[in-house]
Amino acid sequence: MEQTKAITVNRAFGDIVEGEAIVSEEGFSPRYDLDRWSGIISRPGHKLEGLSITGKILFFPSAKGGVAAGWAFHDIKHKGLAPKAFVFGVTNPVMVQGAIFANITITEGWDCVPHDVIRTGDIVRVDPQLRRIVLVSRK
Amino acid sequence: MNKHANADATYDMELSPEEQAMLRGEKGEAVQEAIRLQIEIAKFWGAKRMVPVTNVHIMGDMEVLGDAGKDFLTSVAAKNARAACATTTNPRCVDFAFADRLGQDPEIVGKEMQVVSLFKTMNIAPVNTCINYQTVYQPHVGEHVAWGDTGTVIYANSVFGARTNFESGPAALAAALTGRTAAYGFHLDENRKGTFLVEINFTPNDYADWGAIGKLVGEMNQNYLAVPVFVGAGSPSSDELKHLGAALAAYGSMAMFHMVGVTPEARSVEDAFGGKQPSHVMSISQADIDAVYASYNTNGNPLDLVVFSGPQLSILEIAKLADLFRGKRVKPGTQVIVTTTNGVKSHARQIGTLQTLEEAGVLILEGVCFYILQNLSQMRESNGWMNVITNSAKLANNVGAHKLNGILRKTSDCVDIALGTGA
Repeated sequence: MEQTKAITVNRAFGDIVEGEAIVSEEGFSPRYDLDRWSGIISRPGHKLEGLSITGKILFFPSAKGGVAAGWAFHDIKHKGLAPKAFVFGVTNPVMVQGAIFANITITEGWDCVPHDVIRTGDIVRVDPQLRRIVLVSRK
Repeated sequence: MNKHANADATYDMELSPEEQAMLRGEKGEAVQEAIRLQIEIAKFWGAKRMVPVTNVHIMGDMEVLGDAGKDFLTSVAAKNARAACATTTNPRCVDFAFADRLGQDPEIVGKEMQVVSLFKTMNIAPVNTCINYQTVYQPHVGEHVAWGDTGTVIYANSVFGARTNFESGPAALAAALTGRTAAYGFHLDENRKGTFLVEINFTPNDYADWGAIGKLVGEMNQNYLAVPVFVGAGSPSSDELKHLGAALAAYGSMAMFHMVGVTPEARSVEDAFGGKQPSHVMSISQADIDAVYASYNTNGNPLDLVVFSGPQLSILEIAKLADLFRGKRVKPGTQVIVTTTNGVKSHARQIGTLQTLEEAGVLILEGVCFYILQNLSQMRESNGWMNVITNSAKLANNVGAHKLNGILRKTSDCVDIALGTGA
């Protein structure tokens, strides 16, 4: 029987969510990288350029600049464009403040490189209480 | 904020009697919701207590608020919310005097006016600046504040030795209403020591050089809690430190740096690191900076937009620009835009530097920052703009979201391009 594929995170907030993963090798900023009117990563050259974040569980190694996330996450949530969760390797307070304000699940820190366990397109489950992310099914 | 009902479980934070009263709703519903949000944020970061703040700086413009954010501000103001300490605002997305000329959406311009009015109702001063540290308030060493706009935060922590985290709009608003913020990150001694060393092995001689240093260091070390310690950087001016900090924050998400012999918590290398060993050492040479400038590509498109913004210009930066543009004219078909504060623009008018720039054909906007202008993507399309030439490394990065190609150049090179005398 295959061992359960899981990642343990250091800090977490929010509801338990399950959804399709997008695993990024590049960090993220909602102001610099995202078109907040379509939910699509818009910055030319970003490794996820052209992908929609809506309804996804997003794995980013880092957060980039920008105090805008606080309002921006709230804005995209009300527009129906929000992701289900942000999973950061290293984040900053803005992402956390913004996700908590918008009631979007967010975690920081991981005990293994996500790409070793989870690939883009896999279905994963994020449990903030247990600080655990589990692979539900492969793409 | 009332959706976070589990904030009632107060974690294991030490809350003062006043904070407990806030949580019970004795200071009103808006304050109760604010402290609930703050407790959830504190819980995430493991903060054990709140810390009083003397000053709050908040971002809130229609470009980032959206209708949902404006509705939220409206609901908070309707609960008789009032700032508990001195609170000011970051730039707007509209300069009302130029909204028509820039083709900005009249409906959103109207909403931006309403947002300004909402802030006033809540006793928040709409100064609309990202250089509050040069024009409004200079906290002292050890003073706790709650500032939004990453450039303001890194300046406060580094140059003043004040203490703040990046406070996003909703978090800064909560701090304004409660007069405090959670004690984590850069409010704590243990996070304020240097983590790595950066040797500057050349003499920066332009704001763009300082921004290029910030770009190199930030890109290589993207981490909020990374604190570079600069040596060999000479004695930079406030404006030079502003461009360095803004770029470190934009490219690296950094909130603090030390500069030995310059910033107050770095009287020596040992002082800056506080007994810790640097994780690594970076060296930056003239060749590294030259490589930054060489890395930009015009893609064969025209150089017809030159922008001095991000952060807003100080009165001294305006004076330098006026010297470069004096008696000359921006070449036909090229747009040059400067953004600054209402106060700086007013002073520039008194001094005459504003007229010098206007006579050269430069557009000076107040109370805004270029990359957050309402309708910027549409402006790009209608003007056919592809490239943005700028002396701000931060701006060169941030315009990417609008599909503009930012190109960092030294100030005099930017002016030469604007005048058609350089390439």
